[in-house]
Amino acid sequence: MPAFKGIFQGKQKFVTVKAGAVQEEAPQGLWTKCGKCGGILYKKELTENLGLCNDCGFHFRLSARERMAITLDTDGFDEYDEELLTVDPLGFPGYDIKMEGARQTTGLDEAIITGKGSIDGYPVLAGFMDFSFIGASMGSVVGEKVTRLFERAARQRVPVVMFCASGGARMQEGMYSLMQMAKTSAACARLSDTRTLYISVLTNPTTAGVFASFGSLGDIIIAEPGALIGFTGQRVIEETIRQKLPPGFQTAEFALEHGLVDMIVDRRNMRKILGLLLAVHGGRRQDVG
Amino acid sequence: MINLTLEFEKPLIELEKRIQDLREFGVKRGIDLSDEIAILEKKADALRKEIFENLTPWQRIMIARHPKRPTTLEYIDLIFDEFIELHGDRTFRDDGAIVGGIANLAGRPVTVIGTQKGRDTKENIARNFGMPHPEGYRKALRLMKQAEKFRRPIVSFVDVVGAYPGVEAEERGQGLAIACNIAEMAKMATGIIVVITGEGGSGGALAIAVGDKLMMLENAYFSVISPEGCAAILWKDGSRAQEAAEMLKLTAPDLKELGLIDEILPEPQGAAHKDCRAVAGVIREAIIRGIDELSGIPQRRLIERRYARLRRIGEFAVREVPESNLAMVVSGNEDMSAKPDLPDLEEVVEES
Repeated sequence: MPAFKGIFQGKQKFVTVKAGAVQEEAPQGLWTKCGKCGGILYKKELTENLGLCNDCGFHFRLSARERMAITLDTDGFDEYDEELLTVDPLGFPGYDIKMEGARQTTGLDEAIITGKGSIDGYPVLAGFMDFSFIGASMGSVVGEKVTRLFERAARQRVPVVMFCASGGARMQEGMYSLMQMAKTSAACARLSDTRTLYISVLTNPTTAGVFASFGSLGDIIIAEPGALIGFTGQRVIEETIRQKLPPGFQTAEFALEHGLVDMIVDRRNMRKILGLLLAVHGGRRQDVG
Repeated sequence: MINLTLEFEKPLIELEKRIQDLREFGVKRGIDLSDEIAILEKKADALRKEIFENLTPWQRIMIARHPKRPTTLEYIDLIFDEFIELHGDRTFRDDGAIVGGIANLAGRPVTVIGTQKGRDTKENIARNFGMPHPEGYRKALRLMKQAEKFRRPIVSFVDVVGAYPGVEAEERGQGLAIACNIAEMAKMATGIIVVITGEGGSGGALAIAVGDKLMMLENAYFSVISPEGCAAILWKDGSRAQEAAEMLKLTAPDLKELGLIDEILPEPQGAAHKDCRAVAGVIREAIIRGIDELSGIPQRRLIERRYARLRRIGEFAVREVPESNLAMVVSGNEDMSAKPDLPDLEEVVEES
């Protein structure tokens, strides 16, 4: 199996992440606290460690740019559709202020970055959702960018890797948002018909409208350890059934146990596994310099 | 006892009661009160018109959730000439919150699916208040695939507050089931007509609401989130649902104006539960019209058309690119034409 050869030897090329893309979970300052074991972590070290806790391996949430930096090869990323701008189609009170706040804190225009790059030398069309942008909720622009990515992938016959994270549909855009589930799923179904690989990576958290559309439609669905994955929010479920939820409910591990995802992949192995999957699906490796 | 009177109907109901009392009084005493009654009836008509032609979104939601709102099986019974119900997802169980089967519509076989609320407390418990589990959506998909195989059009009735929010529903992949239905319906090689008859509750409704014709009863609603949920998120106060209902643009007239539905089906004054038979007649006529229109379209075109309908949904602006950056931006997007062109479907569908 020559396609496998060399996959694991490829030099890992990680980029230093620019300061400024501050994570929501991490308070300002040099130090931060692990959300799982409570250990005190030096933030610079945390960044170099792919956002993993030194002690317990807890996966901190990453911004879209951080995720991109630890996932893609360094040699070039062509961003797609960055010119798409969100409008306020329903005149929803407070939406413009919320958008402006999100733009300021994240430095992004919307909750997803899409484009073309490569992983371990294999070309991919990739999407990176950013939870700190209004919970990476899907409105018209997120839906359009995802749809265009699938359409491009279908035309180019290049695999898609989508790093999902989302609280669901963006209610401020009303039914336009809900229908993005249908639009993205329809595009995803078409991509599937061209027999082009789509890998969906569910990161913390992937819920509601994104989980119930393109997030769940991967040929292969990967989850990050500990990620919250589910359709309905836990508070709503608790209020409906009037019971405490079992421990570990709606985690990646729960999803794996119940057959909802293919595998859980530690962030340290993510590039390796993605490269392997791209290789077995006939990915043609470009020369890695 | 469930209160069947809606708050905003009260003045009308009181007036109707006065007319009734007057009539009985006249009969009992042998007095001719027809002039007085006629005046009051005229007043009642005007009031009814006034109320039902100026319904707020919240009032429509109250109507859509009315305990006597006709359910899918009642409509099926009145609309189709025959109906053979089929059960189960062939994997786990038969979910009573989703019904489906094969029906005869004016001599034409169709597959019918829909969410089913209970008509009384006992049935509501059996049908889980019309909230499907994943196996319900899988049952619907099984029947739709069967329709595709035997080249029958599909009619889907939607009246659901939402997919069931429960532990087992999550364990069995509620999100996956919904996603799968949406994607499969988008490329189903047969015509799909969707009628939203009551509540169109978010993803749980969308899971059976992707199609070629999207119709809504006049007092139905279709929303990304319940107004209560929206208010709880926005103001931490679910009781402000009325305000949220205004903002979400979830009524049939709003959605028609936004171009998200094709047709509004009128209800009688006083809403569907006052005259189920009349509403069924309107729906039947609209379905027949819809199927006639779709049956003339070749399969491949039908799928293209459905995709194009979904594809254009969304409102956004395009940033103007400064002259100096133009070259750079263009090179970054060299494969993106202004209008997204669509991938080939060579292996998907054969021409019908």
